[in-house]
Amino acid sequence: MKSKARLMQGNEACVEGAIAAGMKFFAGYPITPSTEVAEIAAEKLPLVGGKFIQMEDEIASMAAIIGASLAGSKSMTATSGPGFSLKQENLGYASLAEVPCVIVNVQRSGPSTGLPTSPAQGDIMQARWGSHGDHPVIALTPSSVRETFDLTIKAFNLSEKYRVPVILLMDEIIGHMRERVELPEISEIEIIDRKKPTVSREKYLPYKADDDLIPPMAYYGDGYRFHVTGLAHDETGFPTNNPAIADKLYRRLLDKIELHKNEIIEWEEQCTDDADIVIISIGGVSRAADTAMKQLRQKGVKVGTYRPITVWPFPEKRLIELADKVNTFVVAEMNLGQMALEVERIIKDKAELIKVNKVNGEAIYPEEIIEKIEEVL
Amino acid sequence: MEMYEVRLSGSGGQGLITGGIILAEAAILDGKNAVQTQSYGPEARGGASKAEVIISTEKIDFPKIRDCDIFLSLTQKSFDQYGKNVKDNGIIIVDESIDTKSENKVIYSLPILDTAHNVLGKPMVTNIVALGVIAAITNVVSRNALEEAVLNRVPKGTEDLNKKALEMGYSIGKKAIK
Repeated sequence: MKSKARLMQGNEACVEGAIAAGMKFFAGYPITPSTEVAEIAAEKLPLVGGKFIQMEDEIASMAAIIGASLAGSKSMTATSGPGFSLKQENLGYASLAEVPCVIVNVQRSGPSTGLPTSPAQGDIMQARWGSHGDHPVIALTPSSVRETFDLTIKAFNLSEKYRVPVILLMDEIIGHMRERVELPEISEIEIIDRKKPTVSREKYLPYKADDDLIPPMAYYGDGYRFHVTGLAHDETGFPTNNPAIADKLYRRLLDKIELHKNEIIEWEEQCTDDADIVIISIGGVSRAADTAMKQLRQKGVKVGTYRPITVWPFPEKRLIELADKVNTFVVAEMNLGQMALEVERIIKDKAELIKVNKVNGEAIYPEEIIEKIEEVL
Repeated sequence: MEMYEVRLSGSGGQGLITGGIILAEAAILDGKNAVQTQSYGPEARGGASKAEVIISTEKIDFPKIRDCDIFLSLTQKSFDQYGKNVKDNGIIIVDESIDTKSENKVIYSLPILDTAHNVLGKPMVTNIVALGVIAAITNVVSRNALEEAVLNRVPKGTEDLNKKALEMGYSIGKKAIK
């Protein structure tokens, strides 16, 4: 049998994953280094009966995928930092109106136009807090081409299951690199679709949640009449100023993620059993962390790695456990210390925290992590 | 573990990124692991451009290259920019038009551009000639896999031209190591 192995780019794997997950609509405004996502979606979506629209800007793209999703299509958009900033308001709308959708952000160096073709991870906190008000966030960060495929599917599945916008937080390194992948058969892939109403059209309350805190979702056009708004609303979907109802709504939005966080949160750790030092990194940087760990291990230094795959919700519980036995955490990231803030909050004073930061548009090299670690040995 | 880090450099338009993709695909056909990266930016429009490929029998962690094992340079500018970043036992393959300033390494200076431009009369196959040369000198990928990878990538109707370019590159490379 001929091997299924092939060379594939990260951005391409994202589109392949999206289509495998059932994406039928993409609206976007191409921007480096995410452009290939739009390009390949434009080529492939019509072949599976989907629609691709190049919109006039990022704000409209975000609005379009919300509309398409309400009408029943699994939807996605892709952008980079400047476009991610523009999408924030409608991202908040999708959070409040509980519209499943996937937002891909292939991070580049910023702020503003920055270094458009260079890698960065400066949007970690924007992914969490970029839209105003308390809102639920799920953000996934792939560190290989294959994982980009897998996590794009997971992004769709989580967005459908929990009715939240899900952010696929990539970086230029992973988006643009090509590597050998073997993709699974479609039959091996788990696909989750949003929960549909079981009550009659007359009795349907679009924002009445079940015990799992998730309301069943009818499609526009299915005959269930309902209202969607960015205002605080009651179970009918119509606006309300009632403090008790608003309070219940806002808390439920966060609680529905909190309740299911064990099913959502994912991380990878290597060689942490006997580690004195643990390198924490995500995305492209974790490739450097792996090399650094292996080289230091050869020299007899007990190093492990910890890689959040869901950067939001952050895999906190396991990190607290590790903090009890690890002496030093090294947080390596292509920004000036965003994830380190989160790690600091979690580990408190239980272990030392060292930062490796780089924002000049170049990748963090394994040697830079090794040097930093050797300084403290 | 067997691992080769390959840097293909020249100027934008010489097809080096396609060349890097083909090399990586050939390595996969050989049953190996491969990662391909490139520089994105203004230099892709005329200045020094590069594509990088790591080929390994093992899992490849860090995808970028510092000092390479195999360095191809097709322009003086790219040689001057990247020529220093070659391992001590690395192999350097350059177009004969390049002044290598007596680098203290193994250097093959060969008529790659002349073969594509004048012998074949098609500058667009420069990258394929270069791949043939690299494969003949270094054996980093097998000849069969390289030919299959080339034919998988090139536009329909250009198969014979590309096959010929690959053959010529291969024989130039073979002659050079005799």
